[in-house]
Amino acid sequence: MADLTPVVSLDNVTVEYGRNRALNGVTASFTPGAVGLLGPNGAGKSTMIKSLLGFIVPRQGQMRVLGLDVAVSPVEIRARIGYMPENDAHIPGLTAVQFVSYCGELAGLPRADATQRAHEVLYYVGLGEARYRNVETYSTGMKQRIKLAQALVHDPDLLFLDEPTNGMDPKGRDEMLELVRDLAHNKGVNLILSSHLLPDVEYTCDHVVVMDKGRIAAAGPIEALKQPRGRVYELRVKTPGELEAFFDHLRAAGLECHSTDDDVVRVFVPGEGGARRLFALAAESRVQVRHLRPSVPTLEDVFAHAVGED
Amino acid sequence: MPIHDQGYRHYGGSRARGRAWVVMFTTGVRTILGNRRWIMLMVAAWVPFLVRAVLFYIGSNFSQAAIIAPSAAAFRDFLGWQNLFVFLVTITLGAGAIAQDRRANALQIYLSKPLTRLEYLVGKLSVLMAFLLFITWLPSILLLVLQVLFAGNFTFLKANAYLFPAITLFTFIEVLMVSMCILALSSLSTNSRFVGILYTALIFFSKALAGVLFAVTRGTSFSWISFGNNLDQLADVIYRVPPEYETPWPVSLAIVLGLIALSAVILERRVRGVEIVA
Repeated sequence: MADLTPVVSLDNVTVEYGRNRALNGVTASFTPGAVGLLGPNGAGKSTMIKSLLGFIVPRQGQMRVLGLDVAVSPVEIRARIGYMPENDAHIPGLTAVQFVSYCGELAGLPRADATQRAHEVLYYVGLGEARYRNVETYSTGMKQRIKLAQALVHDPDLLFLDEPTNGMDPKGRDEMLELVRDLAHNKGVNLILSSHLLPDVEYTCDHVVVMDKGRIAAAGPIEALKQPRGRVYELRVKTPGELEAFFDHLRAAGLECHSTDDDVVRVFVPGEGGARRLFALAAESRVQVRHLRPSVPTLEDVFAHAVGED
Repeated sequence: MPIHDQGYRHYGGSRARGRAWVVMFTTGVRTILGNRRWIMLMVAAWVPFLVRAVLFYIGSNFSQAAIIAPSAAAFRDFLGWQNLFVFLVTITLGAGAIAQDRRANALQIYLSKPLTRLEYLVGKLSVLMAFLLFITWLPSILLLVLQVLFAGNFTFLKANAYLFPAITLFTFIEVLMVSMCILALSSLSTNSRFVGILYTALIFFSKALAGVLFAVTRGTSFSWISFGNNLDQLADVIYRVPPEYETPWPVSLAIVLGLIALSAVILERRVRGVEIVA
C-alpha cells in the first residue's frame, strides 16, 4: 500500500509583508506524488513555497517538509528538495554543464558524480546538445529547462516547481509538462507544481490545493473535487429575453446559474433529480426548455467555485 | 534499444554535508585561474616582490649597500607597494561577487541548496581573501624566508621575531576589511561597474578629504577619515615603525572594526533568498 504520509504540511501558517498578509492561517497537507498548487496571481502560492524553503520566516504557524520542521532543520530539508524558481535564475559566467554540476556539488554530491549527473539530467531535459553553451545565451524556454535540471541534479525527494511553463512557447510548454508528468508518474518523484494555469495542473497532477487571497480555498484529489455534490446542466431556453426572470426563479430555489458566452446557461443543481427539478422550475416560470444536457465538470469549475468566480 | 539510457535515474551515491562553502571556494578559484587577464594581474602583483627580493639580496651580500639591508621598515614598505594591487584585485574580483549573483537571481539557486547565508558569504569571502593574501601575506613571508637564505643565518629573524605574527596579523586585518567592504557594496547593487566606481570613490574621496583637512589644520589628527590612512596607521603600529599620523591607533582600529561590523550588518540584510518590499 502506498505511503500517504504528507510530504509537506502547514499548520496555521501566517506570513506578512508589512501590513499585507500573504498567507492567512494556512493549514494544508500535500500528499506524495504530484500536487498542484493552484490559484490566481497574488494568491500566496510563491510565498508558501518560499516559506517552505526557509526564505521567509512566518509570523506564526509550523511547517514540516519530508517530516522535518522547517524552522529547525532548513538545511537538512534543502538537501532533500529541488527548487525551480519562477523567474530567470542562474549562476553567471558558467556553461550549462558547469552550472548544473556546480549545483550538484553544492547539494553535496562528489565532483565526479555531480558532473556525470549534470550531463544525464541535461540530456533528460532536452539540453544535451546545448550543454557547453553559456547559460546567459539561452532562450527563455531553455532557461526554464536548465532551472529544472539544476533542481533535479541531486535527485531530490521532493521538487518545488514554481510556474515551470512561464514564458514558454506552446511546443516548449507541452514538452515541459511532459517532463513534469514523466517525473511524477514514471520516475516516482514527489512534486508540488505551483501554477495559475489550470490545464498545466490538470495534466500533470493527481491532487490539487487551490489558494485564494492567502487562504486554502479547496484541496483534494482532482477527480474527487470534480465529482459534484450535485450536478451541472447546460440548458438553452426558447426566448432568451425571459432569461433574467428565470435566473431569479432558479436562484430563489437555491440553484447556482451562470450564463456563458453562447446562449447556454450552466446551472448547478444540488442533490439528486436535477433534470426533473429544472423542468419543474421552468414550467413554473413558463419558460420553454429547448436543450438540456448534463455537463462534465472540469478543474476550471472546481477552481471557479473555490475562489468564488462566476 | 539505446546503448545508454538518457532518461532520468535516481542517484545512489554518497552525499557530503556542510562543505558547500568549500565547493564555492574551489569553484571560484578555478574560475579565476581560468581567466588569463586575472592571472596577468596576479603575476603583475608579484613584481614588487621580485624587486624587493633583489634589494634584499644586494643588501645582505654587499656591505656597500647596507642602506638597503633588510629591516622591519622594509617589510612594512613592501606592503605599501602592494596597496595598488590590493585595490585592483579587490575591484576586479570583489565588485561583481554578489552583484552579479543578484543580477542573475542566483541567490535563490544558492540558498535553495543545503547551505546557509553565512556559508554563502564565507564562500564568497574566502575566494577574495585567498587571492588578496596571495599578494600580501605570501610574498611577505617568502621575503622573510629569502632574507634568511640570503644572509645564511637567523640573526635578523631572531632580532625581529615579531615580524611573522605582525605580517600575519596586519595582512589578515587589511584583507578582511577590504573584502568585507567590497562584498557589502556588491550586495547593494546588481551592477558590478557601479560597485567598482563606488568603492573607488569612497577610497579616494576619504583620502582627499583627509588631505584637505591636513592642509587646513597642518596636522594629521583627522587622518582617521581616510580608510587607507587607518590601515597605514595600524600597519605602522603592528610593524613597530614610527606612526605616520597623529591619530591614536585605537581610533584607527575602532574604525576598521566598525567598517567590518557595518559591512556584516549590510550583508546580513542584503543576502537573502527573497527580496521583500513591504
